[in-house]
Amino acid sequence: MYRYDHYDQAIVDARVDEFRDQTARRLAGQMTEDQFKPLRLKNGLYLQLHAYMLRIAIPYGTLNSRQLRMLGHIARTYDRGYGHFTTRQNIQYHWIKLQDAPDILAELATVEMHAIQTSGESIRNISADQYAGAAADEICDPRPWAELIRQATTFHPEFSYLPRKFKIALIASPTDRAALRWHDLALRIVRNEAGEEGFEVFAGGGMGRTPFIAYPIRAFCPADQIFSYIQAVLRVWNSHARRDNIHKQRMKILVHDLGHEEFTRQVEEAFAHILTLGTDFPRAEYERIAAYFAPPPFETGLPDEIDRADPDFALWVDRQTAPHKAPGYAIVNISLKRVGGIGGDITAEQMEAVADLAERYSFDDIRVTHGQNLVLPHVRKQDLYAVWQALDAAGLADVNLDLVTDIIACPGLDYCSLANARSIPIAQKIAQRFADIDRQLELGELKIKISGCINACGHHHAGHIGILGVDRKGTENYQLLLGGSGAEDTSLGKITGPGFDEDGIVDAVEKTTDVYLRERQDGERFLDTYRRIGVEPFKEAIYG
Amino acid sequence: MKILTGNDLATGDVIWWTGSGWSRHVEESADVGEKGDEIAQTEAAARRVNGPYIIDASRDEAGIRPAHIKDRIRALGPTVRLDLSLKPADPTVGTWVI
Repeated sequence: MYRYDHYDQAIVDARVDEFRDQTARRLAGQMTEDQFKPLRLKNGLYLQLHAYMLRIAIPYGTLNSRQLRMLGHIARTYDRGYGHFTTRQNIQYHWIKLQDAPDILAELATVEMHAIQTSGESIRNISADQYAGAAADEICDPRPWAELIRQATTFHPEFSYLPRKFKIALIASPTDRAALRWHDLALRIVRNEAGEEGFEVFAGGGMGRTPFIAYPIRAFCPADQIFSYIQAVLRVWNSHARRDNIHKQRMKILVHDLGHEEFTRQVEEAFAHILTLGTDFPRAEYERIAAYFAPPPFETGLPDEIDRADPDFALWVDRQTAPHKAPGYAIVNISLKRVGGIGGDITAEQMEAVADLAERYSFDDIRVTHGQNLVLPHVRKQDLYAVWQALDAAGLADVNLDLVTDIIACPGLDYCSLANARSIPIAQKIAQRFADIDRQLELGELKIKISGCINACGHHHAGHIGILGVDRKGTENYQLLLGGSGAEDTSLGKITGPGFDEDGIVDAVEKTTDVYLRERQDGERFLDTYRRIGVEPFKEAIYG
Repeated sequence: MKILTGNDLATGDVIWWTGSGWSRHVEESADVGEKGDEIAQTEAAARRVNGPYIIDASRDEAGIRPAHIKDRIRALGPTVRLDLSLKPADPTVGTWVI
């Protein structure tokens, strides 16, 4: 993985010193909250329902064991013993004291981490495929490009006061594990007919109040021109954006209002100009960064066979591991979705347990997924049993990847000051209703995503079954959506009808799955059946 | 009744105006009547509270209860982690929120 050089470290250390001074001045009364708020937000520090909340960047979801142990240390020392992984592959802590925040950032800086650009009108943490560098189906590791883009855009003056936040995702596989087209700018590394690597570009995606799936705007941008192209996209948005209306500031609104053909025309025009300025990454710089992401020294001649005598282990292998590009290795998915627990939450002790496993079995490499789980990307198949036993001892060996209990849920009204309704209790009730593993396996792939407000941090628009919590005259109410997807078959879920109370929405989900089980044909996932038969049979079962 | 709430500047703790100072316990809230804005302004300027705002609440035999669920969750803690709430030993406390 990438390691800070002298410049990176100096920048992050200086930023800590700056924030320490800003915090001291706020506490001493030399700044009002109105003056201080934008400064703390630039360092990922929000004020939420119960305390300050600190969101820490995990670039493209990659961590090493030293960093994960530090996150555990922060949970134990400055928070209440746990952290929460988010749908942008970041981590956040919900019980932070302002007076501790500079010390936390200083501790993070010692392990090459920070909270910069995890809030505010900036380019947010760039998300990527959690299987990068390991996936059997990728054409290259996308993370060197993510790191180059991160470095080039961080503190870039043109991108420091954007009209609104801006989210980029990057993958290099035909399989989309990053909710690619739900981003403002979506980049997929592809090869052209000459075998050269470049980028397929999509723009104008996003969830929130007005959801749009990103439009394809370029089939192939040569790799060595991608920064010019990114600058062109941002410049067109920056030129037109409606800074007077918060509901129209995101780039998706501009792309929609202009029309994606006109938006693309203007981007191409800007691109032609920016190309002449020579601001793209030199090949040598790409190679310098890519060297940090060189594949680990995989052993050769390893056995591919796995002893499946223990049925619980065999079940876990079948559901929680994925094919690896290197023979004899597997990708291990660690569920953070225990039935009865809180999705994405992880204790300090569990962080340390995963860090130990990564160090011993996965070349010191850990990934965070936008689905709020963790990944050990490079595990020898012959070590899987030992890893499974250790995960089980840490309470992390649950089997439910992409099943009905692997629910994405935002923190909701239990923690978030923007929320209108609680999300986590709904996820817990659904998980308890479907807790039986045989029932989960019978239902197969079924992605439920729950948001506690229209901002859609829980990705409800992209759920096979989506749930949106709203406030109806001071009471929590839940709308049901069907048919969304955040995968390569991206689609926008549709609201089925009137909302439900807390118990009613769980019943509605169960009725929805009953229709699927009744109507499905051989090999169909829930989403396939929904797309074939449409919403009416589901509405009839739910509201009839 | 009208009560005044906000967060402690340094710790972020949820706090409630008692009539003479700030408490972490909603049941100690005072009815601020029409003086909420004035108190909020003074206390924020003195850095004794961050982001103060006035809410509706009711008083019954069980104590003071904010009108909106968001403020009841603020008063107690997350309903999904009652062990972290202000009343971790009371198993029925979650029903007070809902």
